[in-house]
Amino acid sequence: MDAETRRTIEAVSRIESPRLIASLTRLVRDVGVAEELAQDAFVAAMRQWPESGVPDQPGAWLMATARRRAIDVLRRRSMSERKYAEVVRALEAMPGVDEQAAVDDAQAGEVGDDLLRLMFVACHPVLSTDARVALTLRLLGGLTTDEIARAFLVKESTIAQRIVRAKRTLAEANVPFEVPHGDELTSRLASVLGVIYLIFNEGYAATAGDDWMRPELCADALRLGRVLAELMPYESEVHGLVALMELQAARTRARVGPDGEPVLLLDQDRSRWDYFLVQRGFAALARARAQGLALGPYALQAAIASCHAQARTAESTDWPRIVALYDALAQIQPSPIVELNRAVAVSMAFGPAAALELVDALAAEPALAGYHLLPSVRGDLLAKLGRTDEARVEFERAASLTRNERERALMLARAASVVVP
Amino acid sequence: MRFMMFMLPGIEADEWMPSAEAVAEMAKYNQKLSEAGVLLALDGLHPQTEGVRVTFGEPGQHTITDGPFTEAKEVIGGYWLIDVKSKEEAVEWAKRCPAGHCAIEVRQIFDLEEFPPDVQAAAGERLV
Repeated sequence: MDAETRRTIEAVSRIESPRLIASLTRLVRDVGVAEELAQDAFVAAMRQWPESGVPDQPGAWLMATARRRAIDVLRRRSMSERKYAEVVRALEAMPGVDEQAAVDDAQAGEVGDDLLRLMFVACHPVLSTDARVALTLRLLGGLTTDEIARAFLVKESTIAQRIVRAKRTLAEANVPFEVPHGDELTSRLASVLGVIYLIFNEGYAATAGDDWMRPELCADALRLGRVLAELMPYESEVHGLVALMELQAARTRARVGPDGEPVLLLDQDRSRWDYFLVQRGFAALARARAQGLALGPYALQAAIASCHAQARTAESTDWPRIVALYDALAQIQPSPIVELNRAVAVSMAFGPAAALELVDALAAEPALAGYHLLPSVRGDLLAKLGRTDEARVEFERAASLTRNERERALMLARAASVVVP
Repeated sequence: MRFMMFMLPGIEADEWMPSAEAVAEMAKYNQKLSEAGVLLALDGLHPQTEGVRVTFGEPGQHTITDGPFTEAKEVIGGYWLIDVKSKEEAVEWAKRCPAGHCAIEVRQIFDLEEFPPDVQAAAGERLV
């Protein structure tokens, strides 16, 4: 197969695979089986399309192919079970390739519902975080296992196994294909949002490896967030997360210096920010606010990011407002990391001495033990207070704690550059 | 990657106002783009007969011409701005448009990064 056909099939896969898997899951009532059927359909496409050309309705072709295969698979699997017999009858009653497109069109709304169900299943709490991330990218991001493996710098077999195990776990736990409601919705939605933001963050500040950022992962997460915002338009936090990601992604090209080194927010050349994404971030934050409830943690973080985005220069940042937003965030989602960020804002608004007290209070926090940004922030405050020797020690400690090579170099550079004021 | 999909409708200005059916079809397509998380913006344009062309000869010297413009073969009727992973994906989306007797031109949008550093610097500060 030539490279162009391969890229075309990859593009078709990205577009069609999530919808295909979602529709198949509704039919066969098992995410694992649906994913395998979709996979088989793409294998068939890889075989046939280079010869026959990409069909006019590739989505309908894939669905019809997967359905034919589903009947075989389910027959062999367990015809004795009534549930499967019903499913097979339903599959057999469905249209051929030509009519499939019309059916797809008529069911456009249902596909959206199925995608949403699929998202909640992929991020189900019965799965480990790693499994949720891999499954979400595979099922909803339309990524291949190989693409996921490359993004996370692990072997393809590792990701493949992780997905196989995740599918087995879901089947064993009999996780229903549905959107939770009531109280359960809140916690389950938090899991979905958490997974998307985790993917974004892995791209935004890679925890390991030579590159400081992997923008492809950020793009994948942003796309998932935008999809979710379409499917759940009345959930404030969904828009909050999208706003946060748009505003952070807007800074991408300013976050890396000419030699690939990280550039921190206040040192960034703001003319390099992507103001198209900034505007999208503002709009998403407005939608989050328009839902009429108190802002949740993602929307509050987006509000903080929007303060930065509104400031034409680092010096003109409205730090007291950012401190107030961190206060609100610390109230609804207390965490040592939030406190640390709040301390940074306090230092900018009210001076390094006040902030150092806050940071020192966090020193004993077990959750921050080994977290490189704690000594990094402390080093920064000490440097501002003229306590250079202590500052140097903190930067060196930060360098020893990060697993990202670019960040380590930055910390060592800061340690070396601390001078007596 | 951002792409602009330009709609080049093969119709005359007096056919410019679309029917409710055509709009409903297109709305479904736009919804699909939205639900896939790829649509950033879209707009339809008034016909070229209502357009104005400002033509420059020597810098600073301009001529104003009211539409229609006789030499124009392909007229832009509207555009979609999409965010996708590859050119192939942009083309796949264009293929899914419920259109007839027209063309869709798919063009990638320049990213600042693609310019040499001096050009990037000259681009300067953009207004929020």
